[in-house]
Amino acid sequence: MGSWVVNHWFSVLFLAAWLGLNIFLFVQAFLNFEKNDKYYYTRQILGTALAVARASARCLNFNSMVILIPVCRNLLSFLRGSCSFCSRTLRKPLDHNLTFHKLVAYMICALTAIHVIAHLFNFENYSRSQQAPAGSLASALSSLSHHEKEGGSWLNPIQSPDMTVMYVTFTTIAGLTGVIITLALILIVTSATEFIRRNYFEVFWYTHHLFFVYILCLVLHGIGGIVRGQTEKSMHESHPQKCAESFQKWDNNDSGCRRPQFEGNPAESWKWILAPFILYIFERILRFCRSQQKVVITKVVKHPSKVLELQLNKHGFSMEVGQYIFVNCPSISLLEWHPFTLTSAPEEDFFSIHVRVAGDWTENLIKVFEQQHSPMPRIKVDGPFGTVSEDVFQYEVAVLIGAGIGVTPFASILKSIWYKFQREDHNLKTQKIYFYWICRETGAFAWFNDLLASLEQEMEELGKVGFLNYRLFLTGWDNNIAGHAALNFDKATDILTGLKQKTFFGRPMWDNEFSTIATAHPKSVVGVFLCGPRTLAKSLRKCCHRYSSLDPRKVQFYFNKENF
Amino acid sequence: MGQIEWAMWANEQALASGLILITGGIVATAGQFAQWYFGAYSIAAGVFICLLEYPRGKRKKGSTMERCGQKYMTAVVKLFGPLTRNYYVRAILHLLLAVPAGFLLATILGTACLAIASAIYLLAAIRGEQWTPIEPQPKERPQVGGTIKQPPSNPPPRPPAEARKKPSEEEEGAVGGPQVNPIPVTDEVV
Repeated sequence: MGSWVVNHWFSVLFLAAWLGLNIFLFVQAFLNFEKNDKYYYTRQILGTALAVARASARCLNFNSMVILIPVCRNLLSFLRGSCSFCSRTLRKPLDHNLTFHKLVAYMICALTAIHVIAHLFNFENYSRSQQAPAGSLASALSSLSHHEKEGGSWLNPIQSPDMTVMYVTFTTIAGLTGVIITLALILIVTSATEFIRRNYFEVFWYTHHLFFVYILCLVLHGIGGIVRGQTEKSMHESHPQKCAESFQKWDNNDSGCRRPQFEGNPAESWKWILAPFILYIFERILRFCRSQQKVVITKVVKHPSKVLELQLNKHGFSMEVGQYIFVNCPSISLLEWHPFTLTSAPEEDFFSIHVRVAGDWTENLIKVFEQQHSPMPRIKVDGPFGTVSEDVFQYEVAVLIGAGIGVTPFASILKSIWYKFQREDHNLKTQKIYFYWICRETGAFAWFNDLLASLEQEMEELGKVGFLNYRLFLTGWDNNIAGHAALNFDKATDILTGLKQKTFFGRPMWDNEFSTIATAHPKSVVGVFLCGPRTLAKSLRKCCHRYSSLDPRKVQFYFNKENF
Repeated sequence: MGQIEWAMWANEQALASGLILITGGIVATAGQFAQWYFGAYSIAAGVFICLLEYPRGKRKKGSTMERCGQKYMTAVVKLFGPLTRNYYVRAILHLLLAVPAGFLLATILGTACLAIASAIYLLAAIRGEQWTPIEPQPKERPQVGGTIKQPPSNPPPRPPAEARKKPSEEEEGAVGGPQVNPIPVTDEVV
């Protein structure tokens, strides 16, 4: 528990601040509409539902403002880069931008439900008061528009007993935009569930752009001024505290009370979302400009297990280890951008990605490159964007774990190490690296073999054999493979990979690994980096907490997970 | 967009619509709105739709993640055979269910969502998709004694099992009947 707090205090603080702001805004708006005399007459018809609707509206504005910021990738990359002097714990929350985006989205859904339900009651109450018996306050308030010579001083939007709630909903700006905005929100949410997102990415990506409709309708939603309060002048002349009871005498000129005048509240949503929306438009323009720059494909390599390597070149492109880019191929799909981790090192004069078949788009990409006689298709690139792997050289001891294709960010790191060694870079803080690669089938090892083989050789030549400890785990083994391995037990190199380090079968026992590392480095800060499935993340996180000592001077494990 | 199974999204949308219908119906009934009986209908329709749509169908390719506890409803939905398998039926059913709820403001959102779900189901049906139940995988019980192999038929020293199985490749050791060593054997214990 102690080390969890140490690792996460900033995230907790940030979430507490966000939640606190939500509660504050809700309560403030609620009290305003519940207590303020300006809305005295409105409350006579609507009751508490008015305050509930307005309070949830205020929070919706706030959250709609906040939700755009975590998806401004370039801004976040900029923050991460300019804050390199900040401590690790302050920069870590930037990794969780998508989690925060989802959290705010859930909050928006909950608030929308509250807002819609409250307004359903409001409309129903307006309808009832329009049909209220003559001689009641409700009836007097509802028929204000009939008596005024200048229009616009009404309270009840339902102007006649024949007008149904349905009619008002679809003929007022507020009602119509409200329905559209809620429909857009529901479609965005149903296409963004984990199941749809992971398996049918295109459905998610295209439907999510409905948020433009959401923002447009949100800005228009309050223009009609359908929420009415008494004007200042009218309050001054006939304050509700003294005039409400004598509503039957409003017509009389000598009663001292005139009919109350009302005005609509101005729209305020635009004030909240204008700035982040401009920021987001700027972000999209930036992405577009970057994507227009020419990308040259220098090499295409086909690896077994349907893995395609693309080596690319772009003027002015510079990257750090473990960053990712978004790739678009207009000949496959004009609008789709898919994320890929960079597998090349910053020291190389090209940048590369390894693409595996994982759906429609990737399958088409590989097919397009397999046709060697047709001209090279055009590729657009946006990025690079930073994720956690950039921090790997800041740790004294780094534990890198990649499951299957999740090894790609670490490919970049290992290559970078190789170059740093060649150039004898003494800025490397890292003293030791433990690398675990967990894979199901042997074919997937092939493209990584060369790198590991050359690293092995490199280590031997430089006499630094202990710097990189790597373990390969084959989880999809069968009796045949195990038989082969047992047969060739005495050979110096592994039969599957040709490397000096033997392949292990099955999954790693993390408790053993962590306790070994903790004993070997009792005073170090150890960074654990994972690119892999959630279940593995859970067990690793547990191990990190378990083997971190409570004393901050002794061994500390920090867990980092990369996700898309 | 070739591999997209529209039915999966339609399923999520329909489930959400069911929940929205229930919520709208509860609000209308509890608040005793005008024409609240549409709200009561909406609750019933919503519950029915949620039950129908809860069990997720099987994906054509790859593994499908089941919803928690869906196997009970899968058994029930499976019983109706072609009525639940066919997406044309579902599209029309959802459209018909949506209509009465459209008369009440509190439930009209549910109508709109369900109509959209119906349209997506229609698209899925046109593309020939079908609802297949996710069957529980029969757990393979390791048969007691099934993994016990025959005891070795040769006395030691024995070549490894691999070499034993391929008599053409073996360099040493015996194959054939038990207790027959064609090659004289000496003890090689170190």
